[in-house]
Formats: sequence, structure tokens, C-alpha cells
Amino acid sequence: ELRDRDPPASRPDPSPVPEMERVLKDDAIQEKGERARMASFVGAMAIADLVKSTLGPKGMDKILQSTGRGRSVTVTNDGATILKSLHIDNPAAKVLVDISKVQDDEVGDGTTSVVVLAGELLREAEKLVNMKIHPMTIIAGYRMAAECARNALLQKTMDNKDNTDKFRSDLMNIAMTTLSSKILSQDKEYFAELAVDAVLRLKGSTNLESIQILKKPGGSLKDSFLDEGFILDKKIGLGQPKRIENANILVANTAMDTDKVKIYGARVRVDSMSKVADIEAAEKQKMREKVEKIIGHGINCFVNRQLIYNFPEELFADAGILAVEHADFEGIERLALVTGGDIASTFDNPESVKLGHCKLIEEIMIGEDRLIHFSGVAMGQACTIVLRGASEHVLDEAERSLHDALCVLSQTVNDTRVIFGGGWPEMVMSKEVDELARRTPGKKSHAIDAFSRALQAIPTIIADNAGLDSAELISQLRAEHHKENSTVGIDVISGGLGDMQKRGICEAFKVKQAIVLSATEAAEMILRVDEIITCAPRRREDRM
Amino acid sequence: TKKKAPQTLAPAAPPPSPQKHTAASFPPTTAPLLVLVRSALPEAPGRGSASAPAAMALAFDEYGRPFIILREQEKKSRLQGLDAQKANIAAGKSVARILRTSLGPKGMDKMLQSPDGDVTITNDGATILELMDVDNQIAKLMVELSRSQDYDIGDGTTGVVVLAGSLLEQAEKLLERGIHPIRIAEGYEMASRIAVDHLESISTKYEFSATDIEPLVQTCMTTLSSKIVSRCKRSLAEIAVKAVLAVADLERKDVNLDLIKVEGKVGGKLEDTELVQGIIVDKDMSHPQMPKRIEDAHIAILTCPFEPPKPKTKHKVDIDTVEKFQTLRGQEQKYFDDMVQKCKDVGATLVICQWGFDDEANHLLMQRELPAVRWVGGVELELIAIATGGRIVPRFQELTTEKLGKAGLVREKSFGTTKDRMLYIEKCANSKAVTIFIRGGNKMMIEETKRSIHDALCVARNLIINNSIVYGGGSAEISCSIAVDAAADRHPGVEQYAIRAFADALDAIPLALAENSGLPPIDTLTVVKSQHVKENNSRCGIDCNDVGTNDMKEQNVFETLIGKQQQILLATQVVKMILKIDDVITPSEY
Repeated sequence: ELRDRDPPASRPDPSPVPEMERVLKDDAIQEKGERARMASFVGAMAIADLVKSTLGPKGMDKILQSTGRGRSVTVTNDGATILKSLHIDNPAAKVLVDISKVQDDEVGDGTTSVVVLAGELLREAEKLVNMKIHPMTIIAGYRMAAECARNALLQKTMDNKDNTDKFRSDLMNIAMTTLSSKILSQDKEYFAELAVDAVLRLKGSTNLESIQILKKPGGSLKDSFLDEGFILDKKIGLGQPKRIENANILVANTAMDTDKVKIYGARVRVDSMSKVADIEAAEKQKMREKVEKIIGHGINCFVNRQLIYNFPEELFADAGILAVEHADFEGIERLALVTGGDIASTFDNPESVKLGHCKLIEEIMIGEDRLIHFSGVAMGQACTIVLRGASEHVLDEAERSLHDALCVLSQTVNDTRVIFGGGWPEMVMSKEVDELARRTPGKKSHAIDAFSRALQAIPTIIADNAGLDSAELISQLRAEHHKENSTVGIDVISGGLGDMQKRGICEAFKVKQAIVLSATEAAEMILRVDEIITCAPRRREDRM
Repeated sequence: TKKKAPQTLAPAAPPPSPQKHTAASFPPTTAPLLVLVRSALPEAPGRGSASAPAAMALAFDEYGRPFIILREQEKKSRLQGLDAQKANIAAGKSVARILRTSLGPKGMDKMLQSPDGDVTITNDGATILELMDVDNQIAKLMVELSRSQDYDIGDGTTGVVVLAGSLLEQAEKLLERGIHPIRIAEGYEMASRIAVDHLESISTKYEFSATDIEPLVQTCMTTLSSKIVSRCKRSLAEIAVKAVLAVADLERKDVNLDLIKVEGKVGGKLEDTELVQGIIVDKDMSHPQMPKRIEDAHIAILTCPFEPPKPKTKHKVDIDTVEKFQTLRGQEQKYFDDMVQKCKDVGATLVICQWGFDDEANHLLMQRELPAVRWVGGVELELIAIATGGRIVPRFQELTTEKLGKAGLVREKSFGTTKDRMLYIEKCANSKAVTIFIRGGNKMMIEETKRSIHDALCVARNLIINNSIVYGGGSAEISCSIAVDAAADRHPGVEQYAIRAFADALDAIPLALAENSGLPPIDTLTVVKSQHVKENNSRCGIDCNDVGTNDMKEQNVFETLIGKQQQILLATQVVKMILKIDDVITPSEY
């Protein structure tokens, strides 16, 4: 009977080798070779397929619901926004999310295309790997192809830097092309005009901070407008003038409640009520002095980043000065920028503080909100775009679309090279890459060939999304491109091929270049991986 | 079963009366008793190895009572003797196996997901092991091994682990033949000395000077060719070499790599990576309206905040009258004023401060046209001080003109569509601090480039310290292997076997290189080896890139001598340590 008894469970297995071979922690997952590659291909392609349907002018939107409180809903077709909000577990998919984010930061547009292209490159690579071609060979081929594609595109760029009118129409075309795939497509001409105006005011700077976008629900998208002045989303204090002409503005960042004494360890300790009253009076006196100093600058408008309490507000009202409190940080900086004033925090040297100027300050109404409008500002660099729309969601998406357009335009102002859109650049690149494949001996040529197929996938998807016969269209397009200097691309609106030059469909070279290069880089990165080690997730308590 | 066990098995335990006692008052001893019984079972031969050590875990005092050596023994798993060694070897091997495919120019990368979900893609051995979060003690030793190679040499972190794994594999075979682990360890020690001496004899001096940097660039390129940045290895290698030469003291043969700052920013292309003769700080001016460009800057480097002093002793300032309130107010204002004035007085045109400062101080600085940067990290502050020849000033009172740093140009630069800005401090008084500024498509790319650049910097530094090189591509290992094999025959005694095993283990590196490059490993190795012997040419290696020649001199594949020597020494040391372990006690999982 003793013999039948099992050894107690707590004893280790007598053959300990398999147990010891496991060197990682318990929950860690290790995937090797083919399986690892499979996992990353599947993950990356899933992400690409997810955003694929938003590509192109007829792309569809996605609804994103957050898991946080309020379950807030976002409707968007901006690739970076969609991917940013996803919780992804697949490491390869995270690489793609990352490149889309970088694309957004760098050039602002093409966030979907870059992910789709990287996904297509990996899809083609998977086929090659199944043909037993080493990933390193594929990478070598992709590198050559990407370089070749970039050069092909570079040769076909147009540059109208010297011709202001033509350049402006280029910018218009780019803006319209970008906006045509967004919610603003209905009024794209109107908004393209807005965006181009706003960007040209920046005079070459890529600092989009000085373009303020103000969202006010109500009205229709068409009611949006560009304001040359500056609009501050604040109310004017009670009893203060509602309209000032030739205003001298002091922009400040200072505490307008009772100033604390900042010497450490200081505290008030008194032994009678009357002394409390004395100190209170002294504090008030201090405030009064401060306000007087501010008034002493000879201003008639005072804008502060921090709160202005009742007492100083009253003093300002008495002096007939318009005082605006609690303007946010960006608002203050923009205001300082447009009016040309300093942001002041001390007021002892009025002569050295630069005041801001503007011709007219008045209270205006947009929808139901009262806002302060500064017009006739000294520096024309900044402007405000007021977006109107039916709901918050529409406004949010409109802001994102406009932001994309502004980013692309501001980048184009610096790098004025322009190419056509509508699948034209992909076909141009694909043609050159095809030729390279034919010239290249060795297994690399398969990879180069695959690169060209991946490039063609983009116009295919655009056509598919528009409900067109993509197989037919792409083959026609390829035939057209066989001729030298063809300008034909897909015209989604009419549902056939069209001359991109005539339709005015343009894209910025910088955006396309960034798409090709970072998609290749990401694909290369994922291809090089032959092992995935996922560490045991950190234990979290009471999170869900 | 545990509870019942002592009673049913009582007769088997040697002294009956103390046993009762222990069962009652020392519950932990139940486990050793059980073990004792198990060893008495007839099936013992099958698990002889498990029962023998169990007897050792329990000792008896002079009255024959058992007493405890290990507390709570049932909660611990324990391995002894040959089993312990085999288990350790298996663990070491499995770590080496993970890295094996990352070796060489055609090596693959690993994708690692951290506990927080961040993804890293790398083929740097030290980084992979660091992030793998291993649980096994022996595996941790291997991680340490790769780390110490990283600290000492900076490159060859993968190779050292692969070599150690292969040494362990060979040792396992010898153990099975009944050779005592200590003898194996001694044999390995002798062999490693032979190999290191041999490396010395096949190494060549590589002459270079501050003007002729080509040899250095070539060596750095060898290091970079196995990384993802191999696309622009030429330019990166040049950047690394120039950076090292900028901070190197060629007289003393000393390089302080701390003076090279490697900063990365997502965006742009890898080709945009540049070497900046100065410092880049990821900060901007404290006030948006301060000038973005300062020429001939005199920099005050402060570690004191722009605020009234804070005595360390406990203190209180009581305000009980209006007068006191007003004096204190006046004092406070004067503090700010004095501080700014002090900076102005000594002639500073830029203030770099480790702390933040008050809105009021900020405005005062702005008003007095004294641009300032706040919240600059301690390390960066030091670098700025070195680069600009300034002194870090901890107190306003100590600020003097001599302590100011000087830079020809300080400018703020913005990137992309976001509002990221960075501060460039260039044309510094002392050019001995440089920054390598990396651009790349995404965050992972930047991180991997940083690691690759670090490796290249280390290689360049090692060459400056000692300009001997050996040829790469596995040629050094093959040559050592032949030398060690030949030396083995001259050793009488059991160690001979261990020395021969060492020679076999060295072959693992060229084998892995060939395998990763898609060549038939054994065929390739035998061809190269015979070439070594026939032509007496120690430069033959594996032709990973399919160039057509396997003479590494023609391919320009070099590695530093000290790097290679260190690899062999470190790997041998760790393997010796692992072999000497004969008892592993770990608390088992609950």
C-alpha cells in the first residue's frame, strides 16, 4: 500500500531539466521563428485592414467609443486618431500605430496611407517568406525599391515657388485634395480657401500655434469663417467698457488676488482683532498699489492669465479699463504674439514693458456666446478660424480635418515641391520600381517586384472604397502610365480615369516621401524580427 | 496525504520516540521524514539521484533525533550534484539559444514587449537579455555576463553569450563521460589563456591619426553592419568616430564617453542624423518672448532657484504688525531684483537653471533682456558646464565673471508640426563635448539607433585605447580554435579533454554566423578551417555578405583585440562559475 501512494505534490519533479529550461517568468510568452513572424504579420495586417476602409475621398468613418467615464464618442476618419485610441496587444501592430503617430507629428497628413502601405508591404513579404526567401533578402530588395521609388517621384515633382499665383493655386489644390477625404469635403473649396489664407499669413513659419481654431456649435459648417484679428473666448468684466478703440493692451501673467509673502516660514500671527483689520488694510493697500501700477502703464485693456478677484476688478472698472481674467496659457501667448506686447509679471518699470496695440476691441456674439474680438492687430501673423457646425462631433472632426490641411500646407510652404494625387504617384513609383526589378539579378528582384505590387495596392483600395471596379481601373491606369509623362490618375468622383492636372488634384511631395520611407522602415523593422518575447504583464490591482 | 504520512510511515523512521516529538512540535520536519521513506522504497534505483541528496538534507544529533538544516523544506525545490549542473547548463544554453540567431550581419532582431506593453525591437544582446525579465538564477548570470561585456567593451554582447552557451554545451558532454566539473573548469581556464595569447599573436596594429580616421570608420562599420541601421552605416560610423575623436585625449589614450551626449528626436530620416559640436538640450526658453538666438552667449549655470533663500533650520517669521508685513514685502521684491541684477552684473547673457522660477522672476529676466532656461537636468547641466568651460554655481553670491560659460551660438530650433523645441548650444569654448542627434521614422528606430551608436562609440574608444585589431567574421575564433586544439595534445591529464572541448566551443561562433547567413554551416566551417591551416592565413572568416572572398582583410571586417579577449575571458569565467555549482536551492512557487 505504501508503494501505491503518490509522492506529495510539493516535491519537485524528479527530472528537473525541462522545468529549469524555462528561464522566463511564468506569464511571459515566447514565440520563435515562423510563429513569431506569423504573429507580427497577422497583427500588422489586421491594423492595416482596420483603417483601410477610411482611405480616399469615398472612405468611410469610424465611431470610437472610449472605455472611460462618459463613454465619449468620436467620429473620425483620421488614421492617427483611430489608431491612437485603440488598445493593442500585438507588438507588431504597435509599430504601425507608432509610425502613424510620427507621420501626424511630422507632416500632419497621410496617417492612414502610411499604415496601409506598411501593411501591404508586409502582406507581400509574407508571400515571399512562404516561398522560402530569407527576410534579409526581402529587406535588401525593399531598401533598393524604396530608394528607387523616391527618386522616381523626385524627378516628377513640380515646383512653382517663384510664381506666386500658381503656387497659391497649387496650395488650393493640395488643400482641396486633403479635405476631399474628410468631413469638410462638401465645402472643400470654402475651407481650402480658409486654410490657404491662414497658412500664407504665417509667412513660412510652421508654427501652427498662431492659428487659433475656435469651435462653436450651432449654424452650419458653411458659417465658419476666418477672422483676421484675434478672438478670445472670454467675457468682459461687469461695468467695464464693451468697446475700445485704439487699445493699449497689457498682457500679464500675475496673481491678482492678495499676493502671498513668499519668504519661507512667514506667517501672520496677531493678538487682536484690530491688528487683523490693519493687516487686511495693508493687504488691500498692496493690491491697490499693484493695480495703480498697472494702470500707470497707460493702458485701457488688461488681460491676465490668472484670475482677477472682485476687488481689483472693481478698481479696473473704476479706471475705465477693460480687464479680462483667466485667459488660458495659449490664449495669452497668441495674444502677445498678435498684439506685439510682452507678457508681464512685474509692474515696477512701466517704461520697459512693451504694450500690445490693436485698433478695436469689442464684444461680439457667435451663436449664443459672447466673445472678445481684437481687430486691427499690429502683427498680421496670427488669425482665428471660427468653426461652426451642428454638433460637437462634427466640430471635432472638422477641426482634425482642418488641422491636417493646415499641417500639409505649412509644410508645403517650406518645401514647395508638388506632385499629382489620385493614385498617380503610386503608379509612377510602381512603374520605376518594376523596371528596377527587371534589371536586378538575384532573389532581391522578387522583393522589388513585391514592393511595386504593394504600391499599386493603394490606388486599388481607393477605387474599392469608392465602389469602383478596381481591377479594371488599375489595369487601365497601368497601361496609361506606360506612356511617358502621363498625368492620369483615378477620378473617384466621376468613377473613371482622369487627367489629374486638369482636375487639379495635387499632393505635397514631402507627405508622399514620408509615407514611402517610414512605411518601408516599419516593414523592415517587423521583418527583421524572428522572436517575440512578451514579458509577464505587471499585476494591477482593482483597475477594472 | 501530508498529515497522515508521519503516522503511517512512523516505523520506517529510525528513532520512534523523537519522531513523535518532532511531528508534534516541528511540523516542517514532516517533509524530510517522507523523503527518508521514499529512499527506502524498492523503486529507488529509478530516482537514485533524487533520493541521495534527500538523505543529506536531514541530519541527526547524537541522540539520533533529526534536526533541521533547511527551514520549511517542503516549500523549497532542491537540486544537487550532476542534476544541478545539468539543469544549470540547460538554463544557460536556452538563453544562448535565444541570442544565437541575432549574431552577425544577417542576424535577426527580437521584439520584446515589456510588462507595461512598450515594444522594443533590437538585436543588441545586452538589451535583449536586460528586457527579457528572466526568472532563472543561471539565466540571470548570463544576463550579467552580457552586461559586463557591455560596460567594459560595449560591443560583442551577443557573441559572449553565444560563446558561453557553447562552452556549457561542450561541458555537458564531458560531464556525461564522468569528468569532474572542476577538472573541466581548469581545462577551460588553461584553454582560455592559450586562446587569449594566440589572439595577441595574430592581432595587428592599426595605425591611425586624428586626420586619418578611415581605419576607425571601417571598424565601426563592422559593428554597425549587424544592426538595423546598416542602411547608412557609413555615415553613422563617421559620426561616431568624429564624436569620439572630438572628446578623446590621444596623448593619454583616454576617452570619456560621458562627454558624448546621444539625443534622439522622432521624425525625419535616419540620414538626417548629425553630429553637433556642442550640446542639445530638450528644453526651451522659459518665456515665450525671449530671443530664440543668442550669439556670443555668456552662460550662468545655476543650481539655485530664483527665489528667496530657504534656511535649512526650522524657523518662523511672525508677522504681527502692518510695518513688518510691508518690510517683508519689500524684502521679497528686493530678492528677485538682486538676483537678476547679480546675473546681469557679472555679464551673463543667458541663464541656465536647474530649478524653475517664479512668474515674477521670469518676467524680470525677460524685462532685463536676460534669456533663461529652466528645469535643466543635472547631467545636462554638467555637460553644458564642460562644453562651455563654465562652472556650476550653487549660490548667487558665488557668481563671478570667471565662472560663466561661453558659447558662440545658442539657438532654439523647432521640429515638424508639433511645438517641440530644442535648444542648441554650439561653438562652445571647449569643444570637448559633442552631441549626436539622431532622427528616425519612429521611436523604436531611434532607440535602436541609440544603442547601435553606443556600440560604435565604444569600439572607436577601444581602438584609441589599444589600437590592436583582429579580423572579424569568425576568423579569430577559427584561428584560436585551431591553436587551442593543437595545444591540447601537449597537456597530460584529464584537462586535455576540456581543452579540446574548448576548441570545439569556439567553432560555435563561425557556425552561427554561417547559419544565420543562410550558408551550410558545417561545410563552410570546414572549408575555412582547412584554408587556415593550409595557407597559414588567420584572416579567413565566414563570407556573410556574399562578397565572394572570405579574406576578412579584403572585406574590411575588423574587431578590437581587447573586445575579443574580453569575450573569451568573461565567457570562460561565467562557465567556470556555473560548473562549480552543485546544489541549487530555490523556494518553489506557491
